[in-house]
Amino acid sequence: MTEPLLAIRALSKSFGGIAAADNIELDILPGEIHAVIGPNGAGKTTLINLLSGLLPADAGTVHFNGVNITKSSAPARCRRGLARSFQITSIFRDVSALDNVALAIQAAAGHSFRLWRPARTDPALRDPAFALLEQVGLANRANIRAGNLAHGEQRQLEIAMVLATGPKLLLLDEPMAGMGTEESERLITFLAGLKAKYTMLLIEHDMDAVFALADRITVLVYGRVIATGTPSEIRANTDVRRAYLGEDEAVA
Amino acid sequence: MTQTSKSQRPQNLWARLRDSRTSVSLLLLAIAAATPLAAPALGQSFYVDVIARIMIWAIAATSLNLILGYGGMVSFGHAVYLGIGAYAMGIMATEGITNGFIQWPLALLLCGFFALIFGAISLRTKGVYFIMITLAFGQMLFFLGISVERYGSDDGLLIFTRSEFDLGFAELDLSNGTTLYYVIWASLIGCIYLSHRIVNSRFGMVLRGAMSNETRMQAIGVPTYRYRLAAFVIAGMMAGLAGLLSANFERFISPDMMNWPRSGELIVMIVLGGMGTLFGPVLGSVAFLMLSELLSTWTEKWHLIFGPFLILVVLFARGGLAGMLERLNPRSDP
Repeated sequence: MTEPLLAIRALSKSFGGIAAADNIELDILPGEIHAVIGPNGAGKTTLINLLSGLLPADAGTVHFNGVNITKSSAPARCRRGLARSFQITSIFRDVSALDNVALAIQAAAGHSFRLWRPARTDPALRDPAFALLEQVGLANRANIRAGNLAHGEQRQLEIAMVLATGPKLLLLDEPMAGMGTEESERLITFLAGLKAKYTMLLIEHDMDAVFALADRITVLVYGRVIATGTPSEIRANTDVRRAYLGEDEAVA
Repeated sequence: MTQTSKSQRPQNLWARLRDSRTSVSLLLLAIAAATPLAAPALGQSFYVDVIARIMIWAIAATSLNLILGYGGMVSFGHAVYLGIGAYAMGIMATEGITNGFIQWPLALLLCGFFALIFGAISLRTKGVYFIMITLAFGQMLFFLGISVERYGSDDGLLIFTRSEFDLGFAELDLSNGTTLYYVIWASLIGCIYLSHRIVNSRFGMVLRGAMSNETRMQAIGVPTYRYRLAAFVIAGMMAGLAGLLSANFERFISPDMMNWPRSGELIVMIVLGGMGTLFGPVLGSVAFLMLSELLSTWTEKWHLIFGPFLILVVLFARGGLAGMLERLNPRSDP
């Protein structure tokens, strides 16, 4: 059996008595796209926040690549190769799209205690940043202020930033949120294309995207894992159908 | 959008001068450079001192702008570093150390040390708590200043000898007012240039990024605290330089220079001039000190006029004076 890239054991977090993560056990295997689904308030975003280090866990452990990262800070986890996107787009709005990605490249390039040479003309930052913008299809928008990009473009920009950190595992929190059908389809194709290079943990409401992309699916309800399995296993699981997918139709 | 460039094109001098913020600021610096020659000839020697004081404040405002304008750290105790720089010099002068090669590095190191301690603690907080803690640290030293009798307590301290920079074969004679004036002028230019390099460096990008979106910065793997702290220390030392210059210029220091209203005035200068712009602090300190000078000859209650004026600037001139000047720029798109 392959070693999991990310091993989550008995992970718990509660907010004022409400368990947002209740004894979560989950393995993310190298190379897979693992989708986490569940109704609103199931604790999906809490899970990503716990994994990316923005929230401290109450109990349990997280191992990444064999290393215990339960107590690591968010920046430390990112430098190990755990990069995330946010459900509500999180970018640097006041600077250009290219500046955004260049900053992420810079962050991955080591410390930033370089106080003299101008960063905005440094080809070591600008060239790889531009290449990533090309990859996500934003090359012709490179010099636009990020805050002025369309919503879908901002989502793409955030993915370029995530990739710029040189990750091994992508934590994607509803990357298709707020996107039109056509944009969503393009992003699905794009993420499928990344599969060869990255492992992904994907939170998504769009069931078409989930079943198109995921190798395995975990269903979360009230902070608890009620099922993990392949898409067809999840479709067939009666608990899942009752709790989430709706009793009389399998997949919307 | 017809073309994209990977790196922002380095602008040539002419293009930079077409930016009215830069040209106006350079004009002001040129006027400052000419003042010691021109003012006595025009019988207005008084203005030499006025401009020297403005430049000293402009250095302090430039230092605060580094952390406030580019890093979002609203330090309400920044004047304390002026005080530390000035008192370090004053105490050494009182104790008989007048050698500038000892005074200045020691004073700057002391400012850096205090900024490191104060920053390490206050930067663990955010928002209004940060403001309150920096204010508290400032007031702490202010009260220390008024309580130590040996160094003048609240009467202040006279400095009899300016810093001596004597290499034996060459001497920088600060007892000559004109020499001191140009040292202040050069220090201001040096600080502006240093700021320019810092805010456009990788370090500066991190500083600005952490101001604009802290969570995103953490999520791309940057531990922001240490960069903020480093900027805080640099700013503290730069303000300390202003304190050293002030102590040499006035040959008098008092605890009042680190009292909280001074810190507030520094913030006002930056807001007035334009936060997060290179020349905003210069424009702001010129406007603030000129205006208060002008209004106070008119009426003792000049704050009554200045207050509403500041409110109007904040409400209607976003980006302060630098922002207003920027709007005067010709559209550069071909």
